Amino acid sequence: MRLPPLLPTLTLLALLGPVLAGLWGTLRAAVGHLPELGMQGPSLAPVTALVEWPGLWAAVRLSLVTGGLATLSSLLIVTALIAGWNGTRPFRMMVRVLSPLLSVPHAAAAFGLLFLIQPSGWVIRALSPWLTGWERPPDLLLVQDPMGLALTLGLIVKEVPFLLLISLAALAQTQGAERMRIAAALGYGRSAGWLFSVFPALYSRIRLPVYVVLAYSMSVVDMALILGPSTPPTLSVQILRWMGDPDLTLRSLASAAALLQLTLVLMALLAWHGAEHLVARLSRRLITSGRRWQRDRWLRFGVVSLAMLCVTMVLFGLLGLTLWSFAAGWRFPEALPDALSPSSWIRHGPIALKTLGTTFAIALAATGLALVLTLGCLETEERRHLAVTERAMWLLYLPLLVPQTAFLPGLQTLLLGVGADRSLWAVVFAHLVFVLPYLRLSLEGPFKDWDARQGRIAAALGASPNRIFFCLRLPMLLGAILTAIALGVAVSIGQYLPTLLIGGGRVQTLTTEAVALAAGGDRRAIGVFALLQTAAALLPFALALWMPKAIWHNRKDMHHG
Amino acid sequence: MKRVLPLAFVLAPFAAWADPDPAHWSTVTATAQGQTVYWHAWGGSTATNDFIAWVGDRVEEDFGITLTHVKLESTSDAVNRVLAEKTSGQDDDGAVDLIWINGANFAAMKQADMLFGPYAEALPNWQFADTEGKTLQHDFTVPTEGFESPWAMAQVVFMYDTADLAAPLGSMPQILAWAKAHPGRFTYPQPPDFLGTTFLKQALVDLADDTTALAAPLREEEYAEITAPLWAFLDELTPLLWREGRAYPQTGPRQLQLMNDDEIDLAISFSPGEASTAIANFQLPESVRTFVLDKGTIGNASFVAIPYNSGSKEASMVVANFLMSPEAQLHAQDPDVLGYGTILDMTKLPVEDRAAFRTLDLGVATLSPEDLGPVQPEPHPSWMTRIAEDWVKRYGVAN
Repeated sequence: MRLPPLLPTLTLLALLGPVLAGLWGTLRAAVGHLPELGMQGPSLAPVTALVEWPGLWAAVRLSLVTGGLATLSSLLIVTALIAGWNGTRPFRMMVRVLSPLLSVPHAAAAFGLLFLIQPSGWVIRALSPWLTGWERPPDLLLVQDPMGLALTLGLIVKEVPFLLLISLAALAQTQGAERMRIAAALGYGRSAGWLFSVFPALYSRIRLPVYVVLAYSMSVVDMALILGPSTPPTLSVQILRWMGDPDLTLRSLASAAALLQLTLVLMALLAWHGAEHLVARLSRRLITSGRRWQRDRWLRFGVVSLAMLCVTMVLFGLLGLTLWSFAAGWRFPEALPDALSPSSWIRHGPIALKTLGTTFAIALAATGLALVLTLGCLETEERRHLAVTERAMWLLYLPLLVPQTAFLPGLQTLLLGVGADRSLWAVVFAHLVFVLPYLRLSLEGPFKDWDARQGRIAAALGASPNRIFFCLRLPMLLGAILTAIALGVAVSIGQYLPTLLIGGGRVQTLTTEAVALAAGGDRRAIGVFALLQTAAALLPFALALWMPKAIWHNRKDMHHG
Repeated sequence: MKRVLPLAFVLAPFAAWADPDPAHWSTVTATAQGQTVYWHAWGGSTATNDFIAWVGDRVEEDFGITLTHVKLESTSDAVNRVLAEKTSGQDDDGAVDLIWINGANFAAMKQADMLFGPYAEALPNWQFADTEGKTLQHDFTVPTEGFESPWAMAQVVFMYDTADLAAPLGSMPQILAWAKAHPGRFTYPQPPDFLGTTFLKQALVDLADDTTALAAPLREEEYAEITAPLWAFLDELTPLLWREGRAYPQTGPRQLQLMNDDEIDLAISFSPGEASTAIANFQLPESVRTFVLDKGTIGNASFVAIPYNSGSKEASMVVANFLMSPEAQLHAQDPDVLGYGTILDMTKLPVEDRAAFRTLDLGVATLSPEDLGPVQPEPHPSWMTRIAEDWVKRYGVAN
């Protein structure tokens, strides 16, 4: 029996349907056509209003600078780290510490960082008043700074683990060790040898994820609400503000701004692409210069300190939040609370637990759907010998490249028109758009690496293709599948904007609650929610590590999936 | 038949769209059983969230109503929602069953016929409401006409840390003079935040010689003249603010954290009991007290309203009525809970309820009703909207 091409079609529909529909809705609203709200277009009024908004230039500059700087810095750190340390013991340790950071939700990481670096934060507390002489927090713009540096820092600490893990996955396909041996034989230093011989091969494989980081960093909302400036905010935050204004004509203004956001991201991607060529040309010149760069200790130790700093900041941020959630009185400049008390957990715990249920229900539903679609696609492609082209990969990445603020407002308006928003299922399908690409990225490698000869042996013994798929291939891929599920759940738990906009306020998850609380600034409540959010995202990963061992306790060779 | 017929006439207009009638309270409570109320209320204050959760427990217990608090970032989200539903023709079982609402949002919804009612003055607990002494029938000068029911009294007070600021400041010019001597120690929530806008209104009212124009809708020809003292004041004050006015707390409660961190010494609040409650929750140091301005401060009632397309109007009315009950009012006034002022008239209450209110300890930082002084009326909502807009143009995009 042959599977119908139903699953690939459904997958494409689930991936692209919401994005395209949302963009269409945004475009319509941007030209002033919003029949659901009684506005008939087309008109240029929204665009004119956007141009006349006095904060436009600053908001645009913020999006470009924070997004560009965060992406560039993260990529440089990751590249230099792999170049200098790949294959060493410290590197393996580093990877082990950085990997869990991937699943720490952006909002939680941002809260932790906020408490660490603000003028009344932990770093200054630890140094005051004995070193700084400050009895009171200094009046400094360390967070919410107009340049968006705090926001950039927040993005870097989250994007470094992401790019590192993506790079490691891709590194396996680059024959890095062989290339390095040749470079070493020619007398190149470790970092330079890697950069010249392996990096080009690696970069072509991680190009799309880098673009994703750029698009995401330029349009992030939750982190920008917590760490970004407010006079004016980034363009994406301003879009959200306009979406929530009582004056409904501002919805069309928000949509015009969303189109601008999309244009900015596209331009930035083009510029980045152009810069790739430039870097390539410059590097060729460096390579032909003949220098060997054997002394690279400063680079190696510099970058490892930077990476350690990223880890430390996130970990200490989370530790600070933990302390706050148990703190009784805790004033500046005390480095530790006066006393510990469970009262914050007693106060906020029950509500948080209720939200935890919804959070997991959405995450599991979206991940379950995505898993069926992804495995179905992979199997269909294999049975029908369909090769996935580079262009198809772009389609897969599309929902991650189009800024959320560009298509979700339009999607919300469209769903509202047919009365289908604010249901749990609408939110699940909105999450599916973002879970699907990650599941595919996570499963594709292990699925294709499975030794097909085992299937042939099974077929020779009389097993049907379906039996081979369900009874042989899937069980052997258990570890990879569980890791993919954990990733999908983590992605879903971290979603802020889709839940907020599509859920219309009725669907509350740990993330929407935590960001809503952020406005109130109650660090104890934020601590409770951010910790639960982090735990919820980490738990599936722990389960994914433990479950293969438990399930295959009598099959030792299956313990690693 | 004779008895039924007039009743049928009375009910006829209601029957046309099958809306419940609060005059038949037993029918209302019976129908309310098992309904779910989505109460859209601002969710940025943990104290309020806890109070709403308590209300949910109580109405579940007594009436079998499920109350869900939809935590809004801004009340306008809920207004938007109802408006969008009305425009798209979703006239029953809308997303919103009950809204915590005030001022401009109420005026907009009432004008656009988006509210169910009148119901408020037919609720059983209305008999205890202090309609004489408190502004329960006007919301920002707009007559409520029973389309929203009150549940708390609010009045502007300033919270100050006595460890850093010795004596209360009696007027806006005095606040400015103090800020000059102590730059960086004062801020207010960033307009268009509700409390931030309230600070602007309070400054406007305090600085104006004559406030009569503020009671009527804004007229363009007077606007520049009346607001000139406000902008002059803000031009001087802004560089003296926390972070030199380059960043602002985004909401009222955010100021508590700043005060607790000793970043600021003075903050505005719209709830006379907020400081005491925050001290009890470790959110403020014990040295914080409150003051009002010499000429008095702005005050109003907080209301709840029911959208025209709510699918649980009965249960929403039961919740609105419960909010006005002596039990809920006493709980809300407890500084360990909310510390909100009551809307009830003590002389109308049964003896034991009155005694309970009298013995309630208002908390260290709460002014007594006498010390709260005269309540100034809110300006017409059109002033608030316009001033918030102009503030954003002048100071909100300055970086």
